[in-house]
Amino acid sequence: MSDPVTPATPTLAVRCSGITKHYGVGEAQVLALRGIDLDVRAGELLMLVGPSGCGKTTLISVIAGILDQDEGSCMLFGRDIKQFSQEERVSYRGKNIGFVFQSFNLIPTLTAAENVAIPLLINGMKMDAALVEARERLREVSLEGREESLPTQLSGGQQQRVAIARALVHKPKLVVCDEPTSALDGETGRKVMEVLKQLAVGSDRALVIVTHDSRIYDFADRIAHMEDGRIVSVDESH
Amino acid sequence: MFQIALKMLFGDRGKYFGIITGIALASLLMIQQPGILISIFSRTYSFISDVALPDIWVMDPMVKYVDDSQPMLDTELYRIRGVKGVEWAVPLYKGNQRVRLADGQLVGSNLLGLDDATLIGGPAVMLKGRLADLRLPDAVIVDEAGATGRLAKPATTPEGKPTPLQVGDILEINDKRALVVGIAQARATFQSQPIIYTTYTRATSFALSERKQLSYILVKAKSDESLQTVARRITHDTGMAARTAQEFKDMTFRYILNNTSILTNFGFVVVVGFIVGAAVTGQIFYNFTLDNLRYFAVFKAMGATDRMLRRMILLQALLVGFVGFGLGAGATALFAAATRGRAGLSMTLNWELLVGSGIAVALIVLFAALISVRKVLRLEPAVVFK
Repeated sequence: MSDPVTPATPTLAVRCSGITKHYGVGEAQVLALRGIDLDVRAGELLMLVGPSGCGKTTLISVIAGILDQDEGSCMLFGRDIKQFSQEERVSYRGKNIGFVFQSFNLIPTLTAAENVAIPLLINGMKMDAALVEARERLREVSLEGREESLPTQLSGGQQQRVAIARALVHKPKLVVCDEPTSALDGETGRKVMEVLKQLAVGSDRALVIVTHDSRIYDFADRIAHMEDGRIVSVDESH
Repeated sequence: MFQIALKMLFGDRGKYFGIITGIALASLLMIQQPGILISIFSRTYSFISDVALPDIWVMDPMVKYVDDSQPMLDTELYRIRGVKGVEWAVPLYKGNQRVRLADGQLVGSNLLGLDDATLIGGPAVMLKGRLADLRLPDAVIVDEAGATGRLAKPATTPEGKPTPLQVGDILEINDKRALVVGIAQARATFQSQPIIYTTYTRATSFALSERKQLSYILVKAKSDESLQTVARRITHDTGMAARTAQEFKDMTFRYILNNTSILTNFGFVVVVGFIVGAAVTGQIFYNFTLDNLRYFAVFKAMGATDRMLRRMILLQALLVGFVGFGLGAGATALFAAATRGRAGLSMTLNWELLVGSGIAVALIVLFAALISVRKVLRLEPAVVFK
């Protein structure tokens, strides 16, 4: 039972504390993240914005558990996955994280349904069952009837919707997106964002989007502005 | 994920066909060339194999291989027959004689003179006529390859084809008449010369007059004696070299092996086949993996384990190896079937060869898989955002 007087604290999907990350060695060393503190709440869509090279992609790579930070901790739903063994981390990622990429990264030789089925197959589901699930997700992103199409037979917006279906098919707790609309025209980008926000955000789930695309800022619950490896402000007005 | 791995492989048709073509060609070279080599080597002692009845071959100690007959005195036959443990011993003449064809052309042939009484050493399979007809005056039997090939009757017109030798045809051997009374099946020899069978007495009369004319003495050991013991006893008692059929085959095989560059030449082609196969297959397969590296990174980011990725790549490699080897082995089998029984080019296809080349192909695809797996396992999943 929650305290009737004190408002309930929203569950944290991500808590980053003092994250640093550098690339290279010696004089060529570049400090990409300079002590990032950032919370992402469950049920929200957080956008990371900022100029190129400010560390946005590095930060979502750390958040998604595909890159190790040098210092600091990154808790996902209360668990520090850096403390996991490599095997546990891969397994956790496979079950709990969804990815959407700027260039879609759909396998060109697989149909839309097969592409969407991949996270389920990685998690051990049989192909037939995975395809049934995949077709259902494709229907949710309004791609009914295009299940057997190859990526080259789809428009950019349709391909990104296939990628969204793939990111969501295994019902991950956290979805990270890197520039999901930058390869799309304005109208298509907005449609993709509508689908993404509708399907990826839930009371126990969160969505983190790295973007330069100011046309979609209004979809965000909060916007974290980054500069030179730091969070300089978090805009809560959305 | 195995189905995904296969779809990725089949989807890139250019590379898929490139890889299986590379493996098929490597398999073809690695099966066909040793197959031809085995066939050639087996011809070196095919005559010993054809003369199956005797246990021991007795010869002049200077003989180095089967075609190197050093004539002995006929009296040696009686000495051999007197050795303890010898059941029977018969003479054999083996020599090269020139046969004159109807158009005057001279053809070198292998003349075999069989024991007049028993005809031991004669062909096992008669295609036309009977072995016993050798007892007819001037009778000879010709092997099928010789009858249809180099001893065939010349064409009467420039555009015509030679007519195969038939029973009843007349040959001329060292100016002496020879009547063809049969056509026999014989294994092709190393020299690929026609083989002419006749009796020992007639063979020595065909041959130019020499004091020594006995090439070999064929010996059957008594059943209660070991072949080696009888052979050593013959050598001890008579000073002649005596070898079991297998020992004589081995000796002939080793002589050809050591005194020709056949093994080196064929071995070189096989090694080149292996190296080229490994290089081409490895390169194309590696390129295929590089082309898909981004997608392997996506799989890694999405939670695919190293074990899963290793198995996907291994499956792709084994599949192209299996298909490529199947095509190569199939093409080689067709070649073997097409050349079977030919006097000229032919090859032996046996299971040892298939297993050996299969292992070589497996090594090639494992090598290709290894370099690809190494690349994928070193891949940082974070590259998916780059």
